Amino acid sequence: MKSEENISIEQLKTGEGGIIISKLDDLLNWARLSSLWPVGFGLACCAIEFMSTASSAYDLDRFGVIPRNSPRQADVMIISGTVTFKMADRVKRLYEQMAEPKYVISMGSCANCGGPYWEHGYHVLKGVDRVIPVDVYVPGCPPRPEALIGGFLKLQEKIRTESIMRPKGLEKLMKKDAV
Amino acid sequence: MQFEDVKSLVELEEPNAILGEDLNATPKALIIHKDFIYRVCELLHINEKTYFDSLSCLTGLDNGEEKGTLEVIYNLYSIPHDLHLTLRVELDRSNPEIDSVSEIWRTADWHEREAYDLLGIKFSGHPDLRRILLPDDWEGFPLRKDYVEQEMYHEVKVKY
Repeated sequence: MKSEENISIEQLKTGEGGIIISKLDDLLNWARLSSLWPVGFGLACCAIEFMSTASSAYDLDRFGVIPRNSPRQADVMIISGTVTFKMADRVKRLYEQMAEPKYVISMGSCANCGGPYWEHGYHVLKGVDRVIPVDVYVPGCPPRPEALIGGFLKLQEKIRTESIMRPKGLEKLMKKDAV
Repeated sequence: MQFEDVKSLVELEEPNAILGEDLNATPKALIIHKDFIYRVCELLHINEKTYFDSLSCLTGLDNGEEKGTLEVIYNLYSIPHDLHLTLRVELDRSNPEIDSVSEIWRTADWHEREAYDLLGIKFSGHPDLRRILLPDDWEGFPLRKDYVEQEMYHEVKVKY
């Protein structure tokens, strides 16, 4: 067995063999916000910006964001583009297939509120939040890659304040039942 | 071969098919009676002198309630002869039905489905006349002048 005196300076520097003390909430939140895997799908021109954000110039990878091609393995859904009524059913199903905890980023004017189709677009859903709950809205038409990265940072901020002891969704639901 | 030659060729084979012409259209247009559209298209497709082997576009059009007609517009092109031609057919707005030309040009298949989807023009003899863009359970035909979108779709409000 190694005694305290036998640990070298090098080992102390790297923390090898040491112990870190943290809150479980912080540990879970840190793990979640450091590996946000989005579902790899796009709907319209916003998807081009999403792809560009994932490319080497903007490098979403540095935030631990890696697109996954299955909703079962994904944590985030980026609604990147115009959601038609035909697509809305599919978007909803994809969202339902994702495992908890799951988050949604609504990217661009179309997904936020219908965008340029708000008045005459009979076929366009006027905001994806009519079908699934949205965590972060990114404005723009389409938003630049920096804006999408900003959206991810906002989502990270949100996740950082979560707590498994007080799940907000459940509390809301309990309140509804009481009334 | 010029527009006049194409016209006289059709007149020779089907004397009752041509209702008029529109020389201001680009390319110049023949207005065809709806009962003859399949026959005229077949003729123009088969004839060696015209050989319209490509249907560049098929469009539907609503002339409004006042006029009471829907239109189908065929843009033909002959690749070997470098010939352009437009065919126009007027249909009754209350019962818009016309023969499908999808057997002559496969292109017409999806184009006719689009005209059916957005204007409600029925193409008899079409192998698979379903909506092509909108969901199957959509109500109404959006490109009609008097179209009013439905209130709800799958329990979601349609309006802003």
